[in-house]
Amino acid sequence: MSGLVVDFSLDLPGFRLSVAERFAPHGLTVVFGPSGSGKSSLLRVIAGLEGGAEGSVCFNGQTWQGPGRHVAPHRRAIGYVFQEARLFAHLSVAGNLAYAERRARKAGRVPDRAAIVAALGLDGLLTRRPSGLSGGEAQRVAMARALMSAPRLLLMDEPLSALDDAAKGAILPYIEAIRDGMQVPVIYVTHSVSEVARLAHHIVMLEAGQVRRAGPAQDILSDPAAAPAFGIRAAGSVLRAEVLAHHDDGLSELAVAGGRLLVPGFAAAIGTRVRVRIAAQDVILSRQRPEGLSALNLLEGELTDVRRGQGPGVMVRLRMGPEQDVLARITQRSARALSLAPGQRCFAVIKSLSIAPLDVGGSGSD
Amino acid sequence: MWSEGAGFPDLTPLWLTIRLAGISVVILLIVGTPLAWWLAQTKSRLKVAVEAITALPLVLPPTVLGFYLLVLLSPNSMLGGAWRDVTGTALTFTFTGLVVASVLYSLPFTVQPLQASFEAIGRHPMEAAATLGAGPTDRFFTVATPLALRGYLTAMVLSFAHTLGEFGVVLMVGGNIPGQTKVISIAIYEQVETLEYAQAHLLSAILLGISFVVLVAVYAANRRFPVHAG
Repeated sequence: MSGLVVDFSLDLPGFRLSVAERFAPHGLTVVFGPSGSGKSSLLRVIAGLEGGAEGSVCFNGQTWQGPGRHVAPHRRAIGYVFQEARLFAHLSVAGNLAYAERRARKAGRVPDRAAIVAALGLDGLLTRRPSGLSGGEAQRVAMARALMSAPRLLLMDEPLSALDDAAKGAILPYIEAIRDGMQVPVIYVTHSVSEVARLAHHIVMLEAGQVRRAGPAQDILSDPAAAPAFGIRAAGSVLRAEVLAHHDDGLSELAVAGGRLLVPGFAAAIGTRVRVRIAAQDVILSRQRPEGLSALNLLEGELTDVRRGQGPGVMVRLRMGPEQDVLARITQRSARALSLAPGQRCFAVIKSLSIAPLDVGGSGSD
Repeated sequence: MWSEGAGFPDLTPLWLTIRLAGISVVILLIVGTPLAWWLAQTKSRLKVAVEAITALPLVLPPTVLGFYLLVLLSPNSMLGGAWRDVTGTALTFTFTGLVVASVLYSLPFTVQPLQASFEAIGRHPMEAAATLGAGPTDRFFTVATPLALRGYLTAMVLSFAHTLGEFGVVLMVGGNIPGQTKVISIAIYEQVETLEYAQAHLLSAILLGISFVVLVAVYAANRRFPVHAG
């Protein structure tokens, strides 16, 4: 049996965390949920840091926890990136990395030190002391240190939550490099929708200690029924895209299913596959091809779902191609006026500048 | 060795004191480290009681502590009797007995600074070390110990200095046997009693000088390595 299979419960103050889930054996799985939903405790149980959990945790056919059995955290071959960097203050950056490497080698696992140092851009930091690092630098060292133990499973607990927005934006490409280059399954805890959209291959949605939904990121992000859980304003879908051109006026052009997108310029080679997140509330729908609009982006697709919520809005899904959907949040009044119904051809109008740079990036392939 | 005469004081009490303090510090580190670690980690209800017992020498008059030790260590007691049966020597009025007394007397000065620095380290670095493959003993010596370096320095200096100045307990348990139990504080007391002020002055000045140099060295070290030691 490959991958991680958990089936346990743990009493936490105020609620019970109860998870029975088989995690994807490859790629990055985001555990998403509001604060206090038990996400971090789930990771701590997987790592063996939480003593009180009852049930089982198995990884690649190995029982880490079961009846009468609890494998200590240092024997689980995991990497763990905490919210705070937790670097060893008495060691240099290189010393912190060596600490992990020595113990991995003793256990018969060999990390690729050069590749890890390069992937996280640590060449200039190796002789520094942890106390002299910025928050973003410290977190990059923490990620490198976790990788230096050549883990068979990498756990990341909101690694960006202690950083400001600029540092977050700067560090996300490194996390993408880990996801795409390191051949290790990652479980990544966050409550940030933009991190989900940008990083996730798979999503496990946690709410009040229970798994509400789990599945491929593409499906869940574009499912109108899942939108409320992401927060109605944050809901949106993710499209796979390919960089076509960078224009002189500061816009970059992407090819997506159903048309082309112009987005605020960003650095990536022509032909790079990226993911673009389109927030549902930034999409305008039109039954006919609109003319004389200032919006530059027009995608054509087939309407598949119209879903009413509690408020005055509805969530509409347009299918642009296989597994390529756009969500649009419009008012019930507009939906009636347009007599929207499944099966219709529709146009989605998206303002270029509404696609924030954070929403663009990373390899679009799963 | 200095010899008596020509006005020079007998320095045997000084060497004896330094030997006593040195041996006590080594034993205190060996005994105090696991005790302090346990106190810093445990959620047991026994913790409060153990903390109180450890701190007793801070508040008890040395004569009270010395009296109980005298009773406990005397050859007529279980402990002192057993010791005599095994080793053929007594624990009272011997150097060994003084070491036992000093260890108990200075225990809080080792345990409290160590416990405070272990508590300051907290769970976080230890959990990180565990996820990096370090077992409990490994992470104690490679993470907790270096991070508690300043606590160790404080514990060693305080315990050493405290044993240097010990008087009441020594007098009760050790008496005043030259070369065996006549430590520097007792030698000075005796010289004052016999009105040998010149000699008392000299020994006192030496003790004052040693104490000052040690403390200066510690504070200088604390200034120089502010980052390494937690």
